[in-house]
Amino acid sequence: MAITYTSGEQVEVYRFSIPATVLIPLAAVFLQAFLPLRFRFFSIFDLPLLVTIGFATARRSPLAGLLTGSFIGILQDALTHHPIGLYGISLTVVGFGASSLGIKLDVEHSGARFLLTIFFYVVHEVVYFMIARGLVGLHMEWSWPHELLSGVANALLGVLIFMLLDRVKQRT
Amino acid sequence: MDVLGRYRNLIVLVGVLFAQVLGLAVQVKRTTDDESTRLIRIWAVDTVTPLEKALVWVQTSTGNIWHNYFYLRGVRAENRSLKAQVERMSLERVRMSQDADQARRLQALLAFKEQFISETMAAQVIGSSGSELSRSVYIDKGERDGIKPDMAVITADGIVGKVLRVYGSTSLVLLIDDQTSGVGALLDKTRLQGILRGTPSGEVVLEKVMSDETVPAGEMVLTSGGDGIFPKGLLVGRVTKVSPGSELFLNIRVRPAADLSKLEEVLVVTKIDERQAEPDQTGAARAIDILAERLPKVPTKPENTVKADAAGTVAPTTVAPTTVAPAGTAADAKPKAVPAEASDASGTATGQKKASPASSSGSSSGPKATAAGTHAVKDSPRPVKATVEPKPQPAVEDSPH
Repeated sequence: MAITYTSGEQVEVYRFSIPATVLIPLAAVFLQAFLPLRFRFFSIFDLPLLVTIGFATARRSPLAGLLTGSFIGILQDALTHHPIGLYGISLTVVGFGASSLGIKLDVEHSGARFLLTIFFYVVHEVVYFMIARGLVGLHMEWSWPHELLSGVANALLGVLIFMLLDRVKQRT
Repeated sequence: MDVLGRYRNLIVLVGVLFAQVLGLAVQVKRTTDDESTRLIRIWAVDTVTPLEKALVWVQTSTGNIWHNYFYLRGVRAENRSLKAQVERMSLERVRMSQDADQARRLQALLAFKEQFISETMAAQVIGSSGSELSRSVYIDKGERDGIKPDMAVITADGIVGKVLRVYGSTSLVLLIDDQTSGVGALLDKTRLQGILRGTPSGEVVLEKVMSDETVPAGEMVLTSGGDGIFPKGLLVGRVTKVSPGSELFLNIRVRPAADLSKLEEVLVVTKIDERQAEPDQTGAARAIDILAERLPKVPTKPENTVKADAAGTVAPTTVAPTTVAPAGTAADAKPKAVPAEASDASGTATGQKKASPASSSGSSSGPKATAAGTHAVKDSPRPVKATVEPKPQPAVEDSPH
């Protein structure tokens, strides 16, 4: 079913079961903490971010998107030694933005998902950078090539994760 | 109401962001975790780490079963034991090397105190923080195992970090390559001191070394003990690059000796002891001992007083300075009063069989001689009379002959 989204009425909204809503973000945070110890290269990925984008674009509800992002971000913050709120704020913004954009764009196609993920990865990094430097006083280095490369890597993984999320999402 | 309904999502977004920014500002201002954020951390850690522990346990157990029973049975266990031994010896070697250098430099300082690791606890690394900007790992030992904040975490290769937060059965360890960590460090040869810090990119640099100093690449970096967390002399890493830095300081890059990206097992230093450096006992006698010898004193009543009394008069107790044995403790080596005439008379006037000085001392020490005293006699180039209690002997002058 091709959806062009020329009208808001054509937008399909999905929901997730409660176990999926709870367990998938938890699994993402867990894997993010566990896998980089075993596979060094995995630290380039940001699973909680990808799950936030995946949930937000599927639900297409800004309110649900920002709350999901806030929850996942705070959980991610709690495992670090930095103040709680760094990831919380940036994922809140991403969750809100992704769900708002999901209403206007066709996010069912892999190409669109790929570009959307790159875009929100950069948004996430920019917001995090600003808060970390401005509010917390952390020293951070910004490198466009590194951010874009990481964005592409995350987008590739994101396409796969969104496919997995498609299997558990339910039509409302 | 219409406006509220229309901008409901934006209002909620602003509200949630405002709350988080406010919370962030409060946490940044406070130096310690307040109760609310600590609870969130405890919940998060208690949610995630049990799964990590379980996975690590399964991974370790499976590996152990395979290696211990199916693949080269016994060799693995022996290898592990040998590795542990090498680790212990490696730590000991570093410490002893430092001790030797330290002793040479501080020979004259009798009141100098040194630290050494007396207890460690092995811990398994079960997870990381999940963020590249928070370089920290979780270990499977916590409050219940006696872990406390600010304990040093090391491996046989070098230092790893310090315990930052302690939970019930896990702890968060801040690695030395995190930008918020700081370790007191010194260069092995040049003895220049600085502060070891992490950078946002995960490198480790030695700061606060003046730019007019010469630091060769490849030089070892050790802990200085100045941070109060790591004992002095533990290996940190090696200098890889030296370049002029900002202001008046050098920019010294250090490659950590421990591979911080592949941590599996670490040692938490649970107890550090301080001990007093012992003064050199081979030197001249201390002034206080010489003074003590010149003071009049009451002789110790010997066991065979009755016998001596029966034989005649007891030899007058005189004080004779004696050689201090090189070995033994200060108490053992302390010169004691010796009846000089009695010693001489024992072989001559009394007509007893004359013994060599060493054998004489050895025989007279009897069961009262301490181990240190006995050892001192063996090592001493001169007859040592100080380690035994004086035996009463008939005085020559008072002899009935």
